[in-house]
Amino acid sequence: MSTSPAVELEGVQHVYPDGRHALRGIDLAVEPGERVAVLGPNGSGKTTLMLHLNGVLAPSSGTVRIGGTPVTRRTLRGIRSRVGLVFQNPDDQLFMPTVSQDVAFGPANFGVPEPELGSRVQSALEAVGMEEHSGRTTMHLSAGQQRRVALATVLSCRPEVLVLDEPSNDLDPVSRRELAEVLLGLGTTMLVVTHDLPYAAQLCTRAVILNDGRLAADGPIETILSDSGLLAQNRLELPWGFSLTPREAHTHGGE
Amino acid sequence: MSTPTIENGAAAVTAAARRLPTEVKIVGAVVFTFVVVATPREAMWAFALYFSIVAAVCVAARIRLSWLLPRMSIELPFLVLAVLLPFAESGTRVEWLGLSLSVPGLYAAWGIVVKGTLGVLASLILAATTPVQDLPGGLTRLHVPPLITTVVLLMLRYATLLAAEAKSMDIARRSRGDDPRMLHRIGATARGVGSLFVRAYERGERVHWAMLSRGFTGAVPATGSAATRTAWAFGLMPAALAGAVCAAAWGGL
Repeated sequence: MSTSPAVELEGVQHVYPDGRHALRGIDLAVEPGERVAVLGPNGSGKTTLMLHLNGVLAPSSGTVRIGGTPVTRRTLRGIRSRVGLVFQNPDDQLFMPTVSQDVAFGPANFGVPEPELGSRVQSALEAVGMEEHSGRTTMHLSAGQQRRVALATVLSCRPEVLVLDEPSNDLDPVSRRELAEVLLGLGTTMLVVTHDLPYAAQLCTRAVILNDGRLAADGPIETILSDSGLLAQNRLELPWGFSLTPREAHTHGGE
Repeated sequence: MSTPTIENGAAAVTAAARRLPTEVKIVGAVVFTFVVVATPREAMWAFALYFSIVAAVCVAARIRLSWLLPRMSIELPFLVLAVLLPFAESGTRVEWLGLSLSVPGLYAAWGIVVKGTLGVLASLILAATTPVQDLPGGLTRLHVPPLITTVVLLMLRYATLLAAEAKSMDIARRSRGDDPRMLHRIGATARGVGSLFVRAYERGERVHWAMLSRGFTGAVPATGSAATRTAWAFGLMPAALAGAVCAAAWGGL
């Protein structure tokens, strides 16, 4: 790998067809192996930003580069195999009849041939602890299991960058912890889009705050989360009774 | 989770019948149905043979009559039509129990009943032995246009989800004192259907993004291996037998 950042955005703007400005000039660089939380209130442009990272949406102006490669129509296929998006609702992500067929969907599209395809499906399901459910219908799984399968469908593509949209949504405390353990064990570059601040603190070492299509802050996560004034300005706050001391922030940080 | 699913529809059949590749079973059922339809309806012995082929397949796959019979009721509307034909048709007539029946009408009715029943039985055997999640893969391997396979696939996955969404919207509406049985509330029902449509549309967009993100280019990749020659030979035996019967029926006329 060269010295280029894993993810690099330069002056990225996005205007929706109805004229709404979702992103108003984003500059962001994420180094390989970094885990960055993208925080922000509802409607701040978090999901729009995420959809730019693998070219599902194209910027109205500015450029997105993944590992130095600009995201263009020509590079799209390669980019999509290198950037894995895990969507907010597993019902949107899981559409194949069985778990193993769903996990095979991505690598099969990217042209991975059969003996390797099977082993990729197997190892992705093992990584999320779902190997014994491979033949089941995704509809029969619990929310936590669906979330883990959704992650496996992306892991089987062996992405360099993993982008997760609200990964803790609908999860009970145990499923939350289990998912965090899986994610922290992966070691890939990770962007976690969320407004679940404690979960962001558990998973990430750095945070950026997105508000009204602009980056409002960028820094180590414990600095950002302990600045209650900054959080309040951006309609964010830690849950009641929760306080973040730098020591806590470091328990899962670094590596 | 208690969501009703496609899996519940499959009958308890032998593992061998279930393992037979889906594409073989689809081709078998379609060929058998075409052969039955192509048989002259006057060759009644041929239909007796077809029924024995169906019965043999049912016994071999251990499809229970209690599973088969209730599902055959789908045929009832056609039977009603068939009953009317002997009265409505013109041509030579015969007297039977004081009723005047048309001979061409009787033949037409017999044709509809016997060919319809055999066709329904063939599809039911296919349904009983094929888990629905295998259907898209089978269709892909049969080179059915990818658009159709994708539509089938997404319908299987999202029909139950959409039904669940409609149900929760209905419960939310009733919780606020609405009674959809009242005619003057039909406006609310219509708006409910409208918003369900919008929701389905938005979900479709999100699913499409998720598919694109994993390299979807318009065709669902076929997973699993293609059927072997042995599987084809074994699975098409009933249809081949029926073909021989049909040929003999035409030859005997």
